[in-house]
Amino acid sequence: MDQLTSYFAMGGYGGFIWPAYTLTAAVLIGLLVASRRTLTARETELDAIRGTEENETADEA
Amino acid sequence: MIHLANPTQFMRLSARLLPWLRGATLLLLAGGLYYALFRSPQDYQQSETVRIMYVHVPAAWMALFCYSAMAGAAAGALIWKHPLADMAAKATAPIGAAFTLIALVTGSLWGKPMWGTWWVWDARLTSVLILFFLYLGYMALNNAFDDPARGAKASGILAIAGFVNVPIIKFSVDWWNTLHQPASVVKLDGPAIDPSMLWPLLLMALAFTTYYLWVLTLRLRAEVLASRLRAAQRRQALG
Repeated sequence: MDQLTSYFAMGGYGGFIWPAYTLTAAVLIGLLVASRRTLTARETELDAIRGTEENETADEA
Repeated sequence: MIHLANPTQFMRLSARLLPWLRGATLLLLAGGLYYALFRSPQDYQQSETVRIMYVHVPAAWMALFCYSAMAGAAAGALIWKHPLADMAAKATAPIGAAFTLIALVTGSLWGKPMWGTWWVWDARLTSVLILFFLYLGYMALNNAFDDPARGAKASGILAIAGFVNVPIIKFSVDWWNTLHQPASVVKLDGPAIDPSMLWPLLLMALAFTTYYLWVLTLRLRAEVLASRLRAAQRRQALG
């Protein structure tokens, strides 16, 4: 337990090191999630609009 | 490359590429973080704060790399009218901005304990801040027009004009008196950094690169779909 505490303390600099890594992770993960969400949303939208087009063609046929 | 110019081809290839990019990123990150946070030594001058280098430097490298890619793509769109080039530039911008933000903030967190200050208006820090504003400007300009083509053209010109900032950033520590230290890795007589530190640095840099390719692919796919959506909406409006 002591070893873990002293590891996290990082020689007294933990207050700088861990926020640096946390922010990096937060920004990169956030961007990844946002990008994925946009892609999924567009895929859904396109499927919906293509579905409508097919239905319209089917009606005309 | 010309093969990829066809959006349909790109969609097919990128679908197959995505799992590999994801896997490579996660693997390289795991390895890089293991060495960065556990296996690498502390610095004789900077003790443990040197560990911030393993996110700060790769992020800074990526900030420059992404801007170069963005400007190159914008030039490709303007000069050769490559069909996917505009989309690639647009997709790259937020990723580059993210890396620039990371470089700036982690740099601050490193500067406070080592230099005694969160910020200084030296040539390196100032020019990287300008880079961040250039990214934001590109994204704002790109979205400022109803017609995506006009937005792409306007922001593309900004991207190309702003490219002069990239060599300024790189050589700022040589050309001016800066608080930021000079180059230790990319210099003419080779890296001046110990292998025990160089390896985690390179692993993290590779991880950030595959991450960029991963997210770029996701965003490019979204752009291609957006273009198809607009076409479908136009057909509906006319039909």
